[in-house]
This record gives sequence, C-alpha cells and structure tokens, in this order.
Amino acid sequence: MPVRPHTGLMIDGFTLGDKLHTGGFATIWAVTHPDHSLPMVMKVPTILDGYDGPTIVGFEVEQMIMPRLSGPHVPQVIGIGGFEVMPYIVTEMIQGGSFLKTFQAAPLPLSDVIEISARMVAAVADLHRQHVIHLDLKPENFLQRTTGEMVLVDYGLSRHDQLPDLLAEEFTIPMGTFPFIAPEQYLRCRDDLRSDIFAIGAMLYALATGRNPWGTPETLRGVRKRLWRDPEPPRAIRPEIPEWLQEIILRALVVDPMQRYQTAAQMAFDLGHPQQVKLTARAHKVKRDGWLQVWDRWRVMRKIRRFAAPNSVAAQLASVPVIVVAVDLSPEGEKLAAILQRAVTRMLMIEPDARIACVNVIKTARIGIDQGTDDQGNNLHVMRLVQLRNWAESIDLPDHRLTYTVLEGANPAQAILDYATANHVDHILMGARDHSTARRYLGSVSAQVVAEAHCSVTVIRLPEEPLDALATGRVVAG
Amino acid sequence: MKFAILTDIHANREAFQAVLDDVKAHRADQIVLLGDLVGYGPDPEWCCDMAGQLLSKGALCVQGNHDAAAAGAPDEMRALARRAIEWTRTRLSETQRRFLADLPLTATVEDMLFVHASANDPGAWSYVTSDTRATPSFRATTARLIFCGHTHVPMLASADIGGVVREQAFRPDLAIPLLRSRRWLAVIGAVGQPRDGVPQAGWAMVDTTKNELNFRRTPYDTQRTADKMRAAGLPEELALRLLKGK
Repeated sequence: MPVRPHTGLMIDGFTLGDKLHTGGFATIWAVTHPDHSLPMVMKVPTILDGYDGPTIVGFEVEQMIMPRLSGPHVPQVIGIGGFEVMPYIVTEMIQGGSFLKTFQAAPLPLSDVIEISARMVAAVADLHRQHVIHLDLKPENFLQRTTGEMVLVDYGLSRHDQLPDLLAEEFTIPMGTFPFIAPEQYLRCRDDLRSDIFAIGAMLYALATGRNPWGTPETLRGVRKRLWRDPEPPRAIRPEIPEWLQEIILRALVVDPMQRYQTAAQMAFDLGHPQQVKLTARAHKVKRDGWLQVWDRWRVMRKIRRFAAPNSVAAQLASVPVIVVAVDLSPEGEKLAAILQRAVTRMLMIEPDARIACVNVIKTARIGIDQGTDDQGNNLHVMRLVQLRNWAESIDLPDHRLTYTVLEGANPAQAILDYATANHVDHILMGARDHSTARRYLGSVSAQVVAEAHCSVTVIRLPEEPLDALATGRVVAG
Repeated sequence: MKFAILTDIHANREAFQAVLDDVKAHRADQIVLLGDLVGYGPDPEWCCDMAGQLLSKGALCVQGNHDAAAAGAPDEMRALARRAIEWTRTRLSETQRRFLADLPLTATVEDMLFVHASANDPGAWSYVTSDTRATPSFRATTARLIFCGHTHVPMLASADIGGVVREQAFRPDLAIPLLRSRRWLAVIGAVGQPRDGVPQAGWAMVDTTKNELNFRRTPYDTQRTADKMRAAGLPEELALRLLKGK
C-alpha cells in the first residue's frame, strides 16, 4: 500500500520532520535517524494518482545515479526507498542553502560574478569527471556548502554515460529549463556534456548582466530561437564587463557545441587565467548581429535535426587535456629543461588539442617576509615569467593554448600539486633532479608530486652518464 | 551472490573453455547455462560432458531448441542448422542424447527466471529481439529478472511500474544497476556463435547482492574452432561466421 509523506511518518528508521520545500515534482522533508547524527533531508516524488510516467522515471534516474557520485560537489546519499511503500532519497542537508537568492540579486559585482562562476564550473567539472551530464543546470539546482563548494542537486533529467538512459524514450518533447537549455538539448540530444557548458554560460550571462540571454521563453518556439538569434553582447548591457569575460560567456553560449568550450575544466582554466584568455571577435562585439546574418543562420538552422555526434563523456574529457609542465629554470636544471621541451613537443603529437600550462615555482622562505626582489632589485616574479616564456618559445602552439604561471611556495611540490588541483589538470610533466647533493638534502620534488597528485604524472630524467664516459669512448674509438 | 550466465555454446569448445576460465577468474558462485549446448560447432560431445560435470557441481541448465533437436525432437530448422544438427546426432552417445532430452525448459532461483527463448511459451522457441517481443515474457511471469538467449545478440529491456517495456542501450563490461522499481529482461549474447558483429564469446554476470548486471565478452581462439569445423566437413558459412561474429 503506497504511503504519502507527512510530518511524524516513520519509514526505514527515518522520522519525517518539517516539510522544507514543495517543488513541481517532489517535496523535501527534514528527517532524523537514530544511526545518523548529521542533518538530513528526504526527497519524495509527488506521484499523481494513476500512472505518472515521467515523474517516476525521473526519480528512478536519480536513485540510479546519485549513489554512484562522490565528492564535495554532490550531496552524500544516506538512504533510498523503493516504490513498493514510498519512494525516497535521503541525503545530507546542505547547510549553505540554495544559490537562487544570490542569482536573483544579479547583476552582481564583477568580482563576485567571477568568483561564483569559478565555483559553479568546478562543481560541473567534477560531475563530468564522474561520467554524469546534469542536463538541468539552473540556479535552484546549485546549493552552497558553508565551506564554499557548490553542490549540484536534482538529477532527474541527468544522463550517466555508462548506464542505460531510462529517459531516452520517455519524453516526446525536449526537457530542461527553458532559459538555460542548450540548442542540442532542445533537439533532444541527451549525451553531450557541452549542454551543461551552455547552461553555465547562460547563468554566467545572467549573473553579469541581470538578465537571461534569451529572456524567459515559455514555449518551445521561444526556446528554438536561440538556434539562430544571438544574445545581446553582455558589454552592451553593462560596459564595465571586461572583454575577456564577454569572450568566456559568449564562447560557452555558441550554438554549435563543437565551437563552445569542450570541457568545464577548460572553462575553469580561462576563468582562472583572465589575462591569458584569447580574445576573438566575440570579445569585441558591441551589438547583436544584423538581420541579414540572422536570416542566413535561420535558413540553415530551421532544418537542423542534430549537431555532430558528441564523444562519450570520458573521451570528450580526455581529448582536450590540460597538461602542466613544471620547468626548473635554475642553472642546474638547464639540460633537463631542454629535454623537457622535447617531451612536451612529443606529447603534443599524441594530444594535439591539449592545453599546456607552463609553471615555475619560486621557493619562498618558510618564515618571515619573502623577498620579491633579488639583490640587484629586479623583480623575481617578472624575471621568471620572462624566462618561462623564453623556454616555451619553441613549443608550437597558438597563444591561447599556452599559458605561463609563476607560483610561489615554501614547498615547491605542494605549490605544483595545489595548482594542478585548482585547475583540473589531467597530466603533470616535470623533470627529476639527478642524484645530487641538493636532492639528498632538499628531498625530491618530483617524488612528492608523483606520490600525491590526483592525475597522471610523467617524470623526465637526464640519461645517466658515467663520469668518464667521454674518456672511455675515446679509448674504444682509438 | 554472483551468477555467471552462459547461453548458446553451440559445441564450441574453445569459446566454452575460455568463458569458463573467465568465470572462474571473476569468482562466480553459480553457473547457469541457458541452453543450446550443441549444434553448429565441432565439439558437441565435449560440451555436453562439460555441461554434465558443471551440473553435478551445482550449475543449472535449461534446454535449447538445438539440444531438443539433437536429442531427436522434431524441429523446424533452416537448412544450415539442420545440416549441423544431423551431423551432431551422429556424434552424440545415447547417454549424451538423453542428457539433452531431459533438460528442463525453465529454471527459477529467487526472483530470477532462466529460459532459452521467449518465456511466454518456452517450447515454441520464439526470438526476443526487441522491446515489443520482450513484452510477452514480462506478462508470462512474475519473476523480476528474466534471462534468456536464443538470438545470439545481447539485448536489455525493462518494464516500468506502468508495465511499459522499453529496450535499454548498454555497454559491455560496465555494471548496470537493476533498479528494483522495474523488472528486467536480458538476452545474453552467445558464447559459441555471436551474431552482433563482435567475435568474442558473450556471457553475463549477475550480482544479486549488488543487484547489478554485467554483459561481458571473452576472446578465444576463433581460428582454431573454424579450422575444426572445416575439418569436420561442417558448412563453410558456419566457420566464417565465427571469425566475423555475425
């Protein structure tokens, strides 16, 4: 016999408290359980009498996907209830609450826009790494932890790349939230992670300008317009938006998924390196396209049924890796730096779309105020940057795919590791010091990076040469 | 508990052995054979005896149409299959024929039903090739999980709470959660003669504790089996089919 949720109901050890929220498809309740001390919420789908297919299937999808997710950007699942009695999902309660209020206060100060969008993109990148495309990103579905991380909720429309798609044939119309839904999702594609990039782009647009890029359409016809109509450039609405931010927003909102950011990690990278965002015509755009251009696009787009098939999520993420190259610019590191250069070039043959982030670490003293200048008064930071650019000169990559960063830290390995984590790096390439006295006393930077990195690490070493190799060679030759 | 489900072995010793090794490596608790131990392939005796050994160690086995035909039942087979069955009959001993004749049409363990073809009339050998054709099976039983073979092409379908049956796309070697809110039917591919374009032997593992299904493929020496078939004078098309997997 099906049970309806109400305050005081006990089910599988959970006791329902207050109803916290009533949504279109579900209600949210505060719950307690004698075995779990953390604050928890229970989501119960609102199933209409009789057969309510889409709501049920959407909830099944959540029950299937959520227990497979982990990390700070998803709510931890505590319990799941079947449909025999009362379907539910119990998760930890996210204390910071919904992001909707912040969103409604848009336009926000630009520093907030940048900071918030970086956190949103980080959450989405983490989800994609776990093979899940959200497909219903909107402000209500971002919660915030008190520690700052954004938490993604509501997986009722989501797609797990490695699991059957129960929703594939469930809907005859596109499903999503109209202001944020991507063009390909409108065309009923459910397996493109770039649809989430589009949704973030639309939210970023709104955070920066105070309005949605295509307003708030209420019909599918209204949604369809975004296939050919370009949004007002953000800088036309709010001139103090920097060109680089307009570039990022509009690149996320390109109609053809192939021309968008290919991964959330890529987008996060640009948000983290504003000076190095490659500005295109998008950045300088001051008004919407003229009617002739729009009409041309309409003629093509009105017939389009789908865009080029996307890769699997895993393949998509792997095809555009972010590779960090940690370069040692000290005199002792010279030989190694040359070999490292060749290793990068070789790696680019295998990964032609990779993005290379060159980093160098200035080791700072543990205690006291660090010297930003050397004895001659030169700014160390700038000097290193110049050296780094010089080192990378022979790497044949367009500027926007090559970045330079000088890090500072008492522990160089930790500085590299932190940078890699913050930038969703896929691979670290670095040299290992040879068996020198320095290494014996300082410890090996590469060893610590290899041991603690969350991504692949390739360590390059100088071939070992016996001290008298040349002399021996001469003897043999003679 | 982990159930390894194998079907349509079709007298292919190399494939059968390779899968059994793989099953062992994956630590299955129980083996279930969904029929068609013989027919098409060059080693019907060995496959019968191996099935017999597995049964004596607790495995389950149901009968397929080729097993019934090899044991002497009247059949409605196509020319190729008929030629192979006639050859098979000459190879089997009386004991082996009786073993095949005595196999049951279905087996049940907990909420799982095992059957060779469509569950609504197991002896009619209907093919389950789509969600529409899976519907009668769901109607015929209350089992939550139905496993069958016969088509040599893996397929997965589920019936939701409203009884709507839909086919579900899946990828091999990835665990599929068998949501308890719906019922599931899996057509396990063939061990001994795959027809989905992948020559590797197909089978599946069900983990009832985790409630997950995993379609698996195991490579084996297809060339060796094909050579044996040619040497035995079996039709060339059947040998080629193994190499291409279709």
